[in-house]
Amino acid sequence: MPASTTASRVLHVDLATGASRVILFEGRPLHLGGSGLAAALYDAYGHPAAPATDPRQPLIFAIGPLTGYYPLMSKVVCGFRSPYHGQWAESHAGGRLALALRFAGYDALMITGASRTLSCLVVGSRRLEVHDVHYLRGQDVFVTGKYLRRFGKDSSGHRSTVRIGPAGEKGVAFACANVDSFRHFGRLGAGAVMGAKNLKGIVVLGDGGAALPEGKDYPKLFRDIYGAVTGTDMMQKYHDLGTAENLSVLNELKALPWRNLQATTDPAIDGISGERFAEQLLLRQTACAGCPVGCIHIGLLRQQFARDHEFLYKQVSYDYEPIFAQGSMLGLTNASDVLALLDDTEKLGLDCMSAGVALAWATEAMERGVVTEAETLTPLAFGNVASYVTALQHLANGTNEFWRTLGRGTPAATAAYGGQEFSCVLGQEMAGYATGEVFFVAQSLGFRHSHLDSGGYSYDQSAPPREPGSFRAPEEIAADVDKAVAFLVDDEQKRIAINCMVACLFSRKAYSQQRMQEALAAIGLVAEADNLPQAARAVQAARWRLKLQTGYRPEEVTIPKRFTEITTWKGPIDTAYMDALRLAYVDAIRRMADAPGPTAG
Amino acid sequence: MKILKANRMERCIGCHGCSLACARLVHKRLSWSTAGIRITSAGGLSTGFEARLCLACNPAPCALACPTGAYAQRKGGGVKVNRDLCIRCGNCAAACPVDAIHLDGETGLPYVCIHCGRCVPFCPHACIELADLPDEPDVQDSPGETPDVADVADAPARGAGEEAPHAR
Repeated sequence: MPASTTASRVLHVDLATGASRVILFEGRPLHLGGSGLAAALYDAYGHPAAPATDPRQPLIFAIGPLTGYYPLMSKVVCGFRSPYHGQWAESHAGGRLALALRFAGYDALMITGASRTLSCLVVGSRRLEVHDVHYLRGQDVFVTGKYLRRFGKDSSGHRSTVRIGPAGEKGVAFACANVDSFRHFGRLGAGAVMGAKNLKGIVVLGDGGAALPEGKDYPKLFRDIYGAVTGTDMMQKYHDLGTAENLSVLNELKALPWRNLQATTDPAIDGISGERFAEQLLLRQTACAGCPVGCIHIGLLRQQFARDHEFLYKQVSYDYEPIFAQGSMLGLTNASDVLALLDDTEKLGLDCMSAGVALAWATEAMERGVVTEAETLTPLAFGNVASYVTALQHLANGTNEFWRTLGRGTPAATAAYGGQEFSCVLGQEMAGYATGEVFFVAQSLGFRHSHLDSGGYSYDQSAPPREPGSFRAPEEIAADVDKAVAFLVDDEQKRIAINCMVACLFSRKAYSQQRMQEALAAIGLVAEADNLPQAARAVQAARWRLKLQTGYRPEEVTIPKRFTEITTWKGPIDTAYMDALRLAYVDAIRRMADAPGPTAG
Repeated sequence: MKILKANRMERCIGCHGCSLACARLVHKRLSWSTAGIRITSAGGLSTGFEARLCLACNPAPCALACPTGAYAQRKGGGVKVNRDLCIRCGNCAAACPVDAIHLDGETGLPYVCIHCGRCVPFCPHACIELADLPDEPDVQDSPGETPDVADVADAPARGAGEEAPHAR
């Protein structure tokens, strides 16, 4: 347990040899945990020069020094070399995994090598087993979960199950790793990394514990933080409508992508709004372990499967991003249709955002004759849920050359078939924010190519609207660019500190830097508390360095034409501003990594 | 005399706040196991959550099974526990008809709800409450060391009202 030393306790399992060891990984005041710990472990044990698919590459699950000690310290950072773009990548998830790892006694679980047979790793405070689960080959995420729950029955309620579906086994570059049914290491292909390791699942048993520090500081601080997150309206929006409340908001702003971003608003929003889901389909909310908020919204999917009123029901989690990617982006305007697609996506083990946006591109490609039914095997059409149910199966299973190519990511498909100009790709398939120039640049160039790297979407929303056709002088654009880049760099650094702890990003108002320092000090981690600001900067640099070392060329990132064709509430996109911003952010990334690029000499 | 009841578990979101609070405040541990109330899910999260806690038997089979007097009958139901007398035999857990007693794997010490209510303010959906016992003749209280009322100083600061925050 962490409070006594400056080393992180890491369990390293090598699936190739079956050997494992506990590593006392020194330097916690420098790497902190989470994002920083994962990057430091890759630095020490990774193979930057080898391909991402090399089985020796580590798959790392890291929690933070505050995990379990305070409310909303409930997430896990998964660090891996992404099969999507080959680079060092992170994906974050909650569920019960963070607390299960804490109570199993580890700050990180690092897995190298590939197993000879499809396997399940079982980790607890006094258990370490690798089981042959060849019988689960091809099984979907839910069936797999049911079978994996045979391991560690004594820890029911205190264990976490990470597993992949067919997409991960087949190596789809955006296959997700499902955590406890409703949460995911979604983006950039952690599921495919598990598949390449022949690792169908991981069961973590949180069957241990630790003594708490003496004195009143810790319980008092816990009480204060708990009071702030539950006794005020700080978190209200997350458990009320949840993130789905943004559908109406962004649609009103003309910033919600519809039908492959052919439009940014549509009056049909009422059919898939957060209000519609909450009033008609919301069954209940649930929470990640250690979080009193309960932001996970579970919808009821009721499906008729035969005549004579034969129904089945399923529970499907929803959020803003899944509804955008598999709702508005595909032209679906019925909430139950969206849940049906999300349920299939879940079972197949695909990242719902990349899958939805990839299918949106394929639909427009078909409309324009870039691809035909000879490739897609099914007639894709916006609004046609049945065609997308079939397409998801093709995508996850790689039925033919077209679907296998699209399964390597939309950029791979546009390279092979054309249609790059209308592909909604910003480093990877876009997140649901057609808010303008700053977000487009932030996601295209950002470390995770995610809306979570920094608040570019909120920066866009805070900028005043421009008069249509108004001209801006170069000096005015340059000043705006400097301000926006400074915001992106600073906001990323603040989020990195949070991601080193590893708190839920929804709690970032509750956890200022000072609050995190107090929290660390109250559990005896004084060196970590003192060094937090410097460590956050160092982790920011380390992550960028790793991304550059593993193949990232920010200078080569382009923003497809589609993003320049839209109109938001601010009017048309200012392409001169966006281009200047892109170049300036590239320079900033090189500076952060302290690794000058070709243009910087 | 009050006892802890988990009467509204259909509201539970699985945050484990109750277990963590009990471990933190009563037992000075960071744990979701070494606690008098523990949350389980049977067959995955889609089936909802159950609370494992003492149902306040009167007489309590665990107290009758304890060979050293570490467990003593609590007035109205449940038990009081004196850890100093415990020999870690596990008889209490074996005798409990509802699996409410957790034996810690490392120390062998038993963890059972003492109906103090310190977990109640940390449930965001008011799934649990300290409730009055029905007026029934019962076995008399035995001397013991554990408290039987909530120490309200533990409770988190509230915004408005005393209700659970999401149950407003």
